[in-house]
Amino acid sequence: MADAAVKRLVSFAEETGSTADLAAARPVIEARGLSLTFETNDGPVFALSDVDLTVNEGDFVSFIGPSGCGKTTLLRLFADLEQATSGTMSVNGVDPETARRRRDYGYVFQAPGLYPWRTVEKNVMLPLEIMGTPRAERRARAARNLGLVNLGGFEKKYPWQLSGGMQQRASIARALSFDPKLLLMDEPFGALDEIVRDKLNEQLLRLWSETRKTIVFVTHSIPEAVFLSTRIVVMSPRPGRIIDIIPCDFPRDRTLDIRETPEFLKVARRVREGLRAGHSYDD
Amino acid sequence: MMTKAVRRQPRPVFDRLTSSHAAPVATMVFALLVIWYAACLPMNTDLPSMPMGGTLMERFTAAVALDRPVLPAPHQIAMELRTSVCGRLPEADSFAAAFFSCDLRWGPRNLLFHAWTTLSATLLGFLFGATLGIGLAVLIVHVRALEKSLMPWIVASQTVPILAVAPIVIVVLGSQGLTGLIPKAIISAYLCFFPVAIGMVKGLNAPNVIDLDLMRTYNASEAQTFWKLRWPAALPFLFASFKVAIAISLVGAIVGELPTGAQAGLGARLLSGSYYGQTVQIWAALVAAAILAATAIGAVGLAERLTAKVMGAAR
Repeated sequence: MADAAVKRLVSFAEETGSTADLAAARPVIEARGLSLTFETNDGPVFALSDVDLTVNEGDFVSFIGPSGCGKTTLLRLFADLEQATSGTMSVNGVDPETARRRRDYGYVFQAPGLYPWRTVEKNVMLPLEIMGTPRAERRARAARNLGLVNLGGFEKKYPWQLSGGMQQRASIARALSFDPKLLLMDEPFGALDEIVRDKLNEQLLRLWSETRKTIVFVTHSIPEAVFLSTRIVVMSPRPGRIIDIIPCDFPRDRTLDIRETPEFLKVARRVREGLRAGHSYDD
Repeated sequence: MMTKAVRRQPRPVFDRLTSSHAAPVATMVFALLVIWYAACLPMNTDLPSMPMGGTLMERFTAAVALDRPVLPAPHQIAMELRTSVCGRLPEADSFAAAFFSCDLRWGPRNLLFHAWTTLSATLLGFLFGATLGIGLAVLIVHVRALEKSLMPWIVASQTVPILAVAPIVIVVLGSQGLTGLIPKAIISAYLCFFPVAIGMVKGLNAPNVIDLDLMRTYNASEAQTFWKLRWPAALPFLFASFKVAIAISLVGAIVGELPTGAQAGLGARLLSGSYYGQTVQIWAALVAAAILAATAIGAVGLAERLTAKVMGAAR
């Protein structure tokens, strides 16, 4: 199984260029010269500086970097939860605000953020209630998406009755409930232990290949980024910027076993070198 | 459906009374009674109605049976409560049979009548105050400028002694032909909107950044964010505020009965008791007010637990 997966490995280019397959795809997110400066009492903080990035349809793009490198901020810019100081950006061909108003994306936060007074099912139905989806349709979609994250049978439980990993899965089902083409995920598994995280990574990968969504994923784990992504964006702090974009075209049906392969380790090393080059751990 | 599965069998009343709470509570009550009885002799010893001389036991027996003591004994208050609700002790075979018989007559001579008069003003005032408090909190949470401009006035309103405000309210409204229930309820509302407003500002702001951002990613309207997030998140704060509010609403209603020498209500009983030096009557009215407040707070607590259950609280 793992061997077959490795054999089908697409040879990846050393430079940041995309493969022919990706070049043909439609861009979902395009950012040009994106900068964000926070004015604080101690002077300006350059959260992001001159970011150029294209995320194509069907991509799984991971942002990796140390704390303060602006990876979460960049995700929040795409989601219109933060406004850029300069530069241009489009999400699904429109500006982020229009995209947000059209509910073009689902957002998964660092914490599950389930509302404790709602059952798991009602939490998943929350966006549908807001969008005015009919009741029967809400139930059907909740059931389908809870099944997708292996939470069938937990509909009537309250969040406190679920483990941390299950809660985060419920929050993913919630983000998927209204079937957005784009999924923005901000360190969704950051608070979970490694065993649970591995399992969820596999599930997420399966979900990604089944639903054909475009996923933008923030993490600070190198193995997670290499295992999940089609492209890894390495970022560095002060000012937050992109220092490397690494293509990472393992086949879609990869398993955790590929982490032992030389190809995997090669990409991981390049990510680590990129992080080191950004002097990200020096200060 | 889920709640049915989680719901535990309610424990029988007897079971509750004999649960682990009972012993500490009983000990505390017993200790208070001992201190109370012990205080009766020194408090009442200088009254002219006390006998001269006598042994300590004789003096104590006299001190707890005075007609108009400075500090009445608990059993005197209990007897006053009984007679003012159920009428004079009838002839009966045993004291217990007489004490627990009841000849209830509704009217101004009945303490229950006065308690109800005060309670109705308390509840109406609580309704006004809670509505006002919640309304102000909603305004403050949604209009940023109001937090700075309105909050100082809300706080200032509570620095004015209610004893000074009450007569003004009663007289002004009386001149407009409004007497009885409404003016008292307004004084209650004046006191009890405050904890509700403060608690609800805190409660409606309780959702964290992620909860609010989530609503933003769904492009939820202000109203949707309010009803689906802010309001349910604020409910625990609301009930905590309600417990304070209902108690001070009762205080407001009693204070509202004082300045006009109202004919009915626990405040009126306090006032007439002090006119005629009927300390036992004053204490009986106080105990009635305390029971009323405890019952009201208990009712709020019950509503809180029911709400928590519906909202899937971890209990």
